[in-house]
Parts: sequence; structure tokens; C-alpha cells
Amino acid sequence: MKTKEDILLLLSEIPDPEIPVISIIELGVIRDINITDEVSLTLKITPTYSGCPAMKQIEDDVRKKLTENGFTNISINTIFSPPWTTDWITAEAKEKLRIYGIAPPEHSTEDKSWLTGKTKNIACPRCKSQNTKLISQFGSTACKALHQCEDCLEPFDYFKCI
Amino acid sequence: MTTQEALFNYTLRLGDTNLILAQRLSEWTGHGPFLEEDLALTNIALDITGAAKSLLEYAATIENKGRSADDLAYFRNDRQFFNAQITEQPNGDYAKTIARQAIMDCFDYYFFTELAKSKDETLAGIAQKSIKEVTYHLRHTSSWLERFGDGTEESHNKAQTAINQLWQYTGELFEMNEVDEILLKEGIAVDLNLVKAKWEKHMADLLAKCTLTQPENVFMQTGSRKGIHTEHLAFILAEMQALPRMYPDAKW
Repeated sequence: MKTKEDILLLLSEIPDPEIPVISIIELGVIRDINITDEVSLTLKITPTYSGCPAMKQIEDDVRKKLTENGFTNISINTIFSPPWTTDWITAEAKEKLRIYGIAPPEHSTEDKSWLTGKTKNIACPRCKSQNTKLISQFGSTACKALHQCEDCLEPFDYFKCI
Repeated sequence: MTTQEALFNYTLRLGDTNLILAQRLSEWTGHGPFLEEDLALTNIALDITGAAKSLLEYAATIENKGRSADDLAYFRNDRQFFNAQITEQPNGDYAKTIARQAIMDCFDYYFFTELAKSKDETLAGIAQKSIKEVTYHLRHTSSWLERFGDGTEESHNKAQTAINQLWQYTGELFEMNEVDEILLKEGIAVDLNLVKAKWEKHMADLLAKCTLTQPENVFMQTGSRKGIHTEHLAFILAEMQALPRMYPDAKW
């Protein structure tokens, strides 16, 4: 019988549909795996954002991967609590995001100082300059904000902290 | 009324409020004043659609009569919707859309903060999720309202007109009926008097910062708790529901 570690390894092969350089395991959306027998398991999955359209794709990809590996009885439950946080993205995954051109979330969500307008300067993922500015809190997807580097002048996405 | 019936009605009310607000905001998609704002409103609409989906799915589960979230969204008539009337008000100019959204973001922020403590785990979970998103929304719409209010004479007047037109729909947000009473006893519903005090304080501070005047002695509209709406809701539904009603067996 497959172990939880085997399943984690299998699911690590599934890329995030919108940011293919990181896996859904690195993203932190799989919250629990419960293997009941050779062909049955239950997964708990949590959405990154309430309306994230990638969640359906992730669920379909998970089903496909598990079916290919002999599971016939797959139950996927969506849970909301505890709510997903960017704190769950691993350090390695953050570095992958940066190399891909997306500035990774920089501070812990425990730090609420940004709410009062104290924004940290986000480092440009290309030239690493700290001389950047916020263009818009809302970017190409729900999880990203749009910034621009004042030195290399390139606009870039920032994976915002939630 | 049983607790289950009350919970169904309560969840439907929350789901409808989010659904109709998201539908209104979505009308801006492709029509925003500039690209970043177009993206911002579309993003906000997407978050709110997501909350509506989670809530209507839960409502369908509670009802347990074989109806899905889509059935609830597409196959009910206006008198069967319980969304707050403010959410169905037309977008108007950008100042009006921002004013409506700031009022609702501020309400949602304090409402979801309370709902996150609910004894109903699903509602609490959905609320915990939404607070994170609403925090961004509120920050965005507040900053725009401030720019309009404290901007040019024209932008100030437009923002003030919007606030004056919308204020009559804010009283309804805090109305409680039998549904709330039953669920308050169970520790499920939110005490809207608590939310009202926090919302009033926040809005007073925000409007002052925006150099806008809070309307006084306003007659407050009422009705949505009973499914009574302004004339705008039926038109929204006509557009939103047309396709699934023409092709009820369509799949996508």
C-alpha cells in the first residue's frame, strides 16, 4: 500500500496551472492526505483565493494523477479553515518564483504594518534593486500585485502576502 | 422556523449579497477607466464571486433538496433573492461604484471578522478566507474615495452625490429578523448591532478623511430580508440568468 510520502511525491509532480515553476505541494494547497486502502484515499484541499479559477484545474490534475497511479476511489474535500496563507510557500519555492520573474511574498502575514500604509520596497526579481514602486494592488491574477522597477524600468508581478 | 431553515435563509442572504455585488462589479470588466483599474475591479469581483459560490454551495447542502449552487443562482426569481438592496444599485459613474464598494467593503470587513467566530465551522471558514481578501478591497476603495473626495471640485461633487444617493440603503445592512434571532441563540449568526457600531465609526472617519459629508436624517429603505427589491434586481437577473434558463441542460 502506498504511504502518505508516496502520495506527496506523486502530487509534487503536478505544477500550479498558472505558475508552472512551482508544484501544488510547494504552493501549500494540499492540507491532508488520508489513505484508506490500496485504491481509496481522501484529500483535503484549500483554495488560495475564494474565486481562484485554477482550483478546478488543480482538482482535475490531482484526480488524473491519482487515477493513473491505481486509485479508483478518490474523494477531494475543499476546506476553508485554516485559510491559505503565503507563509506556507516554502523558501525553495519562493526562490523559484523569483527566478521565474515573480517577486515572492516578502514578509510574514503576521506583520500587519502594511495595512497602515507602511509598505516595504519589494526587490525587483530581475535586477534585485530595492528602488521599486507599486503600480496596482491587483495584477494579472488574484494572488498578484503589479510593481515596477525604477532602475531597470521593467514592470513585474509581486505575489502578495495574505 | 427550524434552525436548519434559518441557517439556509441566512446563508442564502449572504450568498445573494455577494453574488449580486459581484455581478454588478463584473459589468465594469473591459470598461474600467484605465487598465489597472479594470483589472482591480475584475479581481475584486472574482474574490466576491468566489465567496458567493462557497456560500451558495453551502446553502444548497443545508437545504438538502437536490438543488445545486447554480440552481439557486439561476433558477430563482427576484422575490426569492435576499441580497441587500445596495448591491443591486446601478454602477453609475466611477465615484458611485467606488462609494458603493467602499461601503460594502467596510461592512464586510467587520461582518466577516465577527462571522469568523461563528460556531458554524463552514461559515467561520468562509469568513476567515474572505477577511484576507476584503482587507485588500477596503484599502483599494478607501484610497480611491479619498482621491475623489479630496480631489477636484468635480470629483468631490460626484463622490458626495454618490454617498447621498446610496446612504438610504445602508440601514438595511444591519436589520435583524427571526432568522438572526434563532441563529444568534445558537452562536451561529453575527450580532449586527456590533457590526453597525464599528461600521459607523469607520465610515465617519473615512468620510472625514475624504472631506465628504455624512448624510443626516435619511429615510432608510427596507425590504430585502423579505425578498422585496428595487426595480434594478430583476434586470440584473434577466441578464445573468438568460443563458441557463434558455439552455437548462447546458454544461461548461
